[in-house]
Amino acid sequence: MKGNEAVAEAAIRAGADGYFGYPITPQSEILEYLMEAKPHERTGMVVLQAESEVAAINMVYGGAACGKKVMTSSSSPGISLKQEGITYIAGAELPCLIVNVVRGGPGLGTIQPAQSDYFQATKGGGHGDYHLIVLAPSSVQEMADFVELSFELAFKYRNPVMMLSDGAIGQMMEKVWLKPQKERSKTVPEWATTGKPPTRERVIITSLDLDPHRQEKFNEKLVSKYNEIREKEVRFEELSCEDAEYIFVAYGTSARVCMKAIQLARAQGIKAGLLRPITLFPFPSKRLNELSGRARMMVSVEMSAGQMVEDVMLSVNGRIPVYHFGRMGGIVTTPEEVVDFLKSKI
Amino acid sequence: MSQATGIKEIIKPENLVYKKTKVMTGKVLSYCPGCGHGTTHRILAEVIDEEGLQSETIGVSPVGCSVLLYEFLDIDWQEAAHGRAPALATAIKRLLPEKFVFTYQGDGDLAAIGTAETIHACNRGENIMIIFINNGIYGMTGGQMAPTTLPGMKSSTSPYGRDVKMMGNPLKMTDIVATLPGTYYVTRQSVHTPANVKKAKKAIRKAVQYQKLNRGTCFIEIVSNCPSGWKMTPVESNKWMEANMFPYYPLGDLKVPAEENPQKQTNPEKND
Amino acid sequence: MAKIRGSIVVDIERCKGCEVCMVSCPTGTIAMAKEVNHKGYFYAFPANPDLCIGCANCAIVCPDGVITVYKTKI
Repeated sequence: MKGNEAVAEAAIRAGADGYFGYPITPQSEILEYLMEAKPHERTGMVVLQAESEVAAINMVYGGAACGKKVMTSSSSPGISLKQEGITYIAGAELPCLIVNVVRGGPGLGTIQPAQSDYFQATKGGGHGDYHLIVLAPSSVQEMADFVELSFELAFKYRNPVMMLSDGAIGQMMEKVWLKPQKERSKTVPEWATTGKPPTRERVIITSLDLDPHRQEKFNEKLVSKYNEIREKEVRFEELSCEDAEYIFVAYGTSARVCMKAIQLARAQGIKAGLLRPITLFPFPSKRLNELSGRARMMVSVEMSAGQMVEDVMLSVNGRIPVYHFGRMGGIVTTPEEVVDFLKSKI
Repeated sequence: MSQATGIKEIIKPENLVYKKTKVMTGKVLSYCPGCGHGTTHRILAEVIDEEGLQSETIGVSPVGCSVLLYEFLDIDWQEAAHGRAPALATAIKRLLPEKFVFTYQGDGDLAAIGTAETIHACNRGENIMIIFINNGIYGMTGGQMAPTTLPGMKSSTSPYGRDVKMMGNPLKMTDIVATLPGTYYVTRQSVHTPANVKKAKKAIRKAVQYQKLNRGTCFIEIVSNCPSGWKMTPVESNKWMEANMFPYYPLGDLKVPAEENPQKQTNPEKND
Repeated sequence: MAKIRGSIVVDIERCKGCEVCMVSCPTGTIAMAKEVNHKGYFYAFPANPDLCIGCANCAIVCPDGVITVYKTKI
């Protein structure tokens, strides 16, 4: 099954209430699969092809504000269009899932895989002080598994979650184990718009507050929420880090490349390891800082001009050298290139 | 507060003929004196009250003068980004099909930045009501030219009058959506006289009832005034609207369901 | 023969003095006050209360919904 198809099937099985999307390569299979699978007959899930990414993300806003499990997916240029809606969703504190199957940019760029949207995903993306929770799958299995996890986190924190995949994992075919069908939730959160019964005050979902003092209080509330997420939701995986002198930091497709690079390096007597962030926000800064106490060097391997490397540097805080290595424009780095780069810095 | 002048015998609960509906929250409206927004809010609230829909209604408010609409009607609200209200309403209605869902949008919101969302929601026949306030100007931001500003009409960004050679002609969104098979009821009304208010309220009531039939989008344009933006007194602005806006945006139904008027129905496939 | 008598109550503090009610009144009941309310508006009031027929035109067109109307037969 393709990564994109796995997301779609996992969404149906996770009991998602709605999907609103717009075609763009390399993620169109998500919408195609959902249209073909007739989730409306299986679970009552609503699937709609919108007239634009802008409309799709605003449909997500409307559905999320009704307390429903809703999602959208796109790829880089489409995610840029969605940024307006995403900041409103963050500002209105609505839960939802946004899948980004990243391709090379800027502009139309390429349709091949890239990781050049790290800044956009982890630093906010739209205007205003906000963060998404960002999950980075590195396999088809994780693309499937992270759907349900995303909804859990989104509802737990009333915060949008982005699954930051890339064109390689979205298009890749792997064996995947899918969870059994879950029923769609019948419980409605008390903050959702459902029509105002006489027994409660009206619900207003908005990101507007014209009073700067109240707005500041709201911003402070968001900050404390993000801090709680930083405290509780960091997820990462370590490979051969126990004795590693040189640590690659990589997520998604690049992490898979680094797994092979570790083998190649160790065959040449170089003690290499990998820290793979699973959550990019919150970033595993504490763990990287700990590891920097015993490693000699870190290399952030990304298919970008060097974005996550800034967070690695902040985590290490100057204790050891940190480098970036990666290819761009839709080209996937090879393990040999990674090892050669490491050797050039030792 | 009353100016009772020996008429206390009339002012008794049993003699009450008109009182503001409880669906209005009681907050002082943020609009300029004489603005048609307030009147439209009130008749919308009255219909929701009279049809017993307060607990069944989800409204979507826009960006523009009526951005704070959610402060004024005592119902559940979602505040949309500029122009995106029909996209929100689409999802709400599809996920909660039993609820009464409407958007309320001005001409900048609906006919400029939200053109795509409006047309496509209407084209899909989303089973929602769209109220479109057309006063030919951007009121909230200080009187700039709108897509509906009349030819030659002055605004802060067309200070010498709208030059249609440069800026094109006013966009008649209501006429456009009336041609789409997805719309079920399309009408243009105003709220500047008692008779017009009654007609507009009747149109809103029809749209509310049609939504129960699940047959497509109901679209109600309210041609309205903007005394501040037009730089007139409210009474002058209403006269100016009659003389200038109505010839360009004539009042009346543009599309009515076949059941009500078989001759006028332009959309047979929608009415099985 | 019974005569229709009406009366209006204006919430003068919420009135914005737009005059739309005054021009909509068929009997000339309403006029604008010569003094202002706390917001500085010359508010509407029933200057000729005996003329009121309780038709509610004023309340129906009032953008701010500040008029309550009563009607009875005398």
